[in-house]
Amino acid sequence: MAEKDLSADVALAVRKWQKKRGALIMVLHEIQGRLGYVPREIALELSKQMNVPLARIYEVLTFYNFFELEPPAKYVISGCMGTACYLKGTPQIMQEFSRLLGIEVGQTTPDGRFSLTTVRCVGCCGQAPVVLINGEVHSKVSPQDVPHLLAQCKD
Amino acid sequence: MARTTSKTVRAKLNGIEVVVPEGTTILEAAEKVHLKIPTLCKHPDLPPTAACGICIVRVKGTNQMPRACCTPLEEGMEIQTHDPEIVEIRRKVLELILSKHPNECLTCGRNGTCELQSLASDFGIRQQSLPSIVPDLPKDESTRTIVLEPRKCIACGRCLTVCQELQNVWALSFLERGIDTRMAPAGDILLADSPCISCGQCSAHCPTGAIFEYDETEKAWELLRDPDLHCVVQIAPAVRVAIGEAFGYPPGTNLTGKLYAALRYMGFDTVFDTNFGADVTIMEEGTEFVKRFQDNQGELPLITSCCPAWVDFMEKYHSDMIEHFSSTKSPHEIVGVLTKTYYCDRKGLDPSKVRVVSIMPCTAKKYEIQRSDDMFASGYQDVDLSLTTRELARMIKQAGIDFASLPEGECDPMLGLYTGAGTIFGTSGGVLEAAIRTAHKLLTGEEFDSLEFQPARGLEGVKEGRLTILGREVRVAVAHGMGHVEDVLDRVRAAKENGDEPAYHMIEVMACPGGCIGGGGQPYGITDALRLQRAKGLYTDDREREFRRSHENPYVQGLYSTFLGKPLSEKAHRLLHNSYKPKPTYRR
Repeated sequence: MAEKDLSADVALAVRKWQKKRGALIMVLHEIQGRLGYVPREIALELSKQMNVPLARIYEVLTFYNFFELEPPAKYVISGCMGTACYLKGTPQIMQEFSRLLGIEVGQTTPDGRFSLTTVRCVGCCGQAPVVLINGEVHSKVSPQDVPHLLAQCKD
Repeated sequence: MARTTSKTVRAKLNGIEVVVPEGTTILEAAEKVHLKIPTLCKHPDLPPTAACGICIVRVKGTNQMPRACCTPLEEGMEIQTHDPEIVEIRRKVLELILSKHPNECLTCGRNGTCELQSLASDFGIRQQSLPSIVPDLPKDESTRTIVLEPRKCIACGRCLTVCQELQNVWALSFLERGIDTRMAPAGDILLADSPCISCGQCSAHCPTGAIFEYDETEKAWELLRDPDLHCVVQIAPAVRVAIGEAFGYPPGTNLTGKLYAALRYMGFDTVFDTNFGADVTIMEEGTEFVKRFQDNQGELPLITSCCPAWVDFMEKYHSDMIEHFSSTKSPHEIVGVLTKTYYCDRKGLDPSKVRVVSIMPCTAKKYEIQRSDDMFASGYQDVDLSLTTRELARMIKQAGIDFASLPEGECDPMLGLYTGAGTIFGTSGGVLEAAIRTAHKLLTGEEFDSLEFQPARGLEGVKEGRLTILGREVRVAVAHGMGHVEDVLDRVRAAKENGDEPAYHMIEVMACPGGCIGGGGQPYGITDALRLQRAKGLYTDDREREFRRSHENPYVQGLYSTFLGKPLSEKAHRLLHNSYKPKPTYRR
């Protein structure tokens, strides 16, 4: 992003929220909503415009699991760890993803294509265990399905 | 903590009746009646963070066990500070903390001075009762001044409060939360890339070995072991009145003579004193002031620049103040450059075979010795190594010196003999006071009748004073603790913008609360009481000196008459002055 755009984009989000209590969190939400994460340049710009120390911004960013500091992968694979899915074998499924992708849960592949995360109950326990790939639900997944699911993630 | 109320509360601690001002915490009340509640995260300099939970007490008649550090005593409260259950709970808290702490006491820099270790000893912890989950976090040595070892952090929050509130630097923060909470520069970068100014206050307040000075004692021994080198050492003003604390002396004891002797015993060939450099700093800086004040050459106020953490802070955040800065180097740099020019010349020594080691109360001096090309004015690195007071104390112990029985030694007077003005450099307000003593003489030709300038003394964060020289009012200010400086600078800027008379004519700034006596490299356990005792030691030294004004120092006079010419001469400029440049960093 060009420097000018960046500063203007941040200014927009700041202007919208700055009068409200807890503005910093709302602005961070808005930025993450648009970019999928909060890049360092934005955090720096935000510090300048909101007059909040960078240290404070990162205290907030790292306190809440919701905020991401790295760009999201092209394919975000989330295993459901709700009680039903957990009992039906999500841990084994995630282990298989880990083995094939060479990354742990919470990490992103070096090429930026895949990241592995877990989520709490997504509300379709009848389909357990479920895996979400970019928000799309895959039902009754077994470790044997993992290579096939990855193969569907083209380019 | 500021208490405006005159109301008092009456309560009982372990059956002892206490009457204290409203708002007094249980911990403070207990201290008054000499009850020792154990603490870990609480530091006397800082507001409570209530992080550790070791100071819990019992309130009779309730089932509450509040933390004494942050709970105000209330009317009629009956507090129990110790009973078997309380002790057992405190032990559990300690065991929980220890389960996250590496078991590396023997190889840790804080071995013997660690507050966690001392509690573990008091509580008789003999085994690790809980499974150990020490986080795998890397060491950060990037600044080469202070070292972060977040594995050893107990998340007490002292360093953050120091860095954010006390010093207003905002280099350190907590990242993550809960059990994953860790101390790190904002956004997980290297400390060297953060706004850190190396003041080292975090290291002086850390209860464990998580923040520690960059230890260079090994390098010093290597220099001393090399038979081809001529090793020169100098000690800063504040070191002499603090190092005794590491050897059981009361705080503030002036150990100058013993230090000279110890340094020779360790193998230094020449022993100089930074106080001499302070006298030269005053000659140069005082003359700078006269030029600005009398001849209107340069901006007023003149702002002192001998504190490298302050210089770094200014270059990073307040570079519009550069033209106000005194260009005179700090005293130890002056001794360094004069050693490798003047002294080598007079003694027929080859400066390439001479090494200068500075003993400083400071971690930022480790940075200063290479901060710009100006620090190589002799053609060599003017000061080769800068050690903190704490490092020297360890070296003295390693050298097997029985400090108590050591006879007093002498320094080499050529760059060692000092005046009272030089010695008070070590305490907040001292540079200003020393400058007034000499500037008055330079401006009027007469000595300032009252040597001691009281408005510059004491621990108030910003001190202001006025005096009259040649019928003109001179307004001065002293700020210490980086958190106090911005108010003063804002006043300077406001006057400038409004086209008013300058808010001040001279400002002294020191990064550390209390000045160098409270420096980040000084012995542990700093409190305001300790700062006052150390400062008193320097003021006593001042009163007892034969000469109390820098311009009266016969060796300083000799230096100018035979080598430098006069203050601000071309040669003085080349060797004793330096320049500053803006170092834009990210905003705090």
